[in-house]
Amino acid sequence: MNYGYFPGCSQTSSAKEYDLSLRKVFEKLGFGLEELCDWSCCGATSAHATNHKLSNALALRNIVLAGKQGIKNMVAPCAACYNRLITSQHEISMHPERKNETEELLSEKIPADVKVINVLELFFKIGLAKISENRKRDLNGIKAACYYGCLLVRPMNINNFDDAEQPTSMEMIAEAAGATTIDWNYKLECCGAAHSIVRKDIVLNLSKKIIDDAVLNGANVIITACPMCHTNLDMRQRAMKRKYPEHLMIPVLYITELVGLAMGMNVKDLGIDLHYVNFNYDEYIAEKLIA
Amino acid sequence: MGAYVNKDAKKLQPSFVSANLLTDTLPENNHTPFQKNNSDIPEEIRNRTFQDVSLCYQCGKCSAGCPVRYYMDIAPNKIVRLIQLGFYDEALKSSTPWICAGCLTCSVRCPKEFNLAGFMDAVREIAVKKKVKVKEKDILKFHKAFLNQIKRYGRLYEIGLVGEYKMKTLDLLSDVETAPGLFLKGKLGLLPDKVKDRKSIKKIFKKTDKKKINKH
Ligand code: SF4
Ligand code: SF4
Repeated sequence: MNYGYFPGCSQTSSAKEYDLSLRKVFEKLGFGLEELCDWSCCGATSAHATNHKLSNALALRNIVLAGKQGIKNMVAPCAACYNRLITSQHEISMHPERKNETEELLSEKIPADVKVINVLELFFKIGLAKISENRKRDLNGIKAACYYGCLLVRPMNINNFDDAEQPTSMEMIAEAAGATTIDWNYKLECCGAAHSIVRKDIVLNLSKKIIDDAVLNGANVIITACPMCHTNLDMRQRAMKRKYPEHLMIPVLYITELVGLAMGMNVKDLGIDLHYVNFNYDEYIAEKLIA
Repeated sequence: MGAYVNKDAKKLQPSFVSANLLTDTLPENNHTPFQKNNSDIPEEIRNRTFQDVSLCYQCGKCSAGCPVRYYMDIAPNKIVRLIQLGFYDEALKSSTPWICAGCLTCSVRCPKEFNLAGFMDAVREIAVKKKVKVKEKDILKFHKAFLNQIKRYGRLYEIGLVGEYKMKTLDLLSDVETAPGLFLKGKLGLLPDKVKDRKSIKKIFKKTDKKKINKH
């Protein structure tokens, strides 16, 4: 069964490596992803923060396209896009008047049978056994702090695939890939998200708290599944170091990159070299191929 | 106007202050609350969010867990209270809805299942519609610049966004540390990635344009 793929704007620029590693990993796992034709921005924070109708219409335009392309299941790897899409879908499914209004805006019928999932759910659809089976490399040296961020598993009444306060799905995936995971407190704390450009002070402070808690609990890598979290945690570390000279740098990997490493792909192929904080491969991975 | 923020709390390290629920005070009662002059506001909030502000019983759990409470001038639960009591101006003028990062922590924790993050969206939208002078002007400028990119290309053009935002705010020098890095790493495309059917996007923007809607 083919899955649709809604890349989202970040995947084409600041999160290029997320797109790259996702395509490579799922291709190798034998899972076809079909990009949604002519997809557009989900509207992101800026639309839902200022214009509710616009936000619904922008998000649901993509659901209309998915219906036309015959896509029944669609993965949205960006946690923010994912949340926008399922929130709008939920709203029109609960409130027919909102559905009519949006259909009128789009001059199209919105299909009710397109299921949008996030990247963690996609790994579960494939089956964790499949990840373990495809392991080529020992990730023993990696102690991962799995960072969900705020939007991936919330809100619970719409997204009931994992717990909204104590999720564990990402840890299960990382462990299936052979990494060790740690227990920590900030796996759901917000990184400041869309304030990244305007209120860097907020983002710097929130992201630093997240990173410090991960380091304090023994992590040597942070794993994310969201381009916005990645930008805030990875790219802002240089500024953190300047502001707090004692700051300990820690690499931040996408979950797809971690699985790709386990499957024997190299740092360059997965785009890990595009990160700000250097991932020093030799430090983490004993080059021992699993027979 | 009363003081919303405890001055001493400001001096503390941000990391250790999440909510000063006890020290915040409601504005002085220099006009009659419950006045009906602006009473379309709770109704508008209900239209947008399908929930009634009276649901909230002010337990404060939302504000206790809000990651950005320290940066707000009024605690999130108090914005709900202000609306409940009819202090609309105070609520609409507050920086709180703008600082809110929409993280949904409050919404998943609320014992009354009041979607506070959705409520914040509605308050923000009403403030824009009523042309209230917002305290966090730059955040609004950012949202406008962002939506302009989408209107033009259908997708976000990051260079265009940063450029437009910087022109709007005349903040030309900050962020020099990250932008060139992104260029060097070949991440930012020099040209926008455009949607083919841009007509459909323009139509959505046209039909949801606030000025037009208000005429109806
Ligand atoms: S948690 Fe819910 S009921 Fe409690 S104050 Fe916040 S919005 Fe009101
Ligand atoms: S959604 Fe807004 S108000 Fe609610 S906890 Fe997050 S930042 Fe605070």
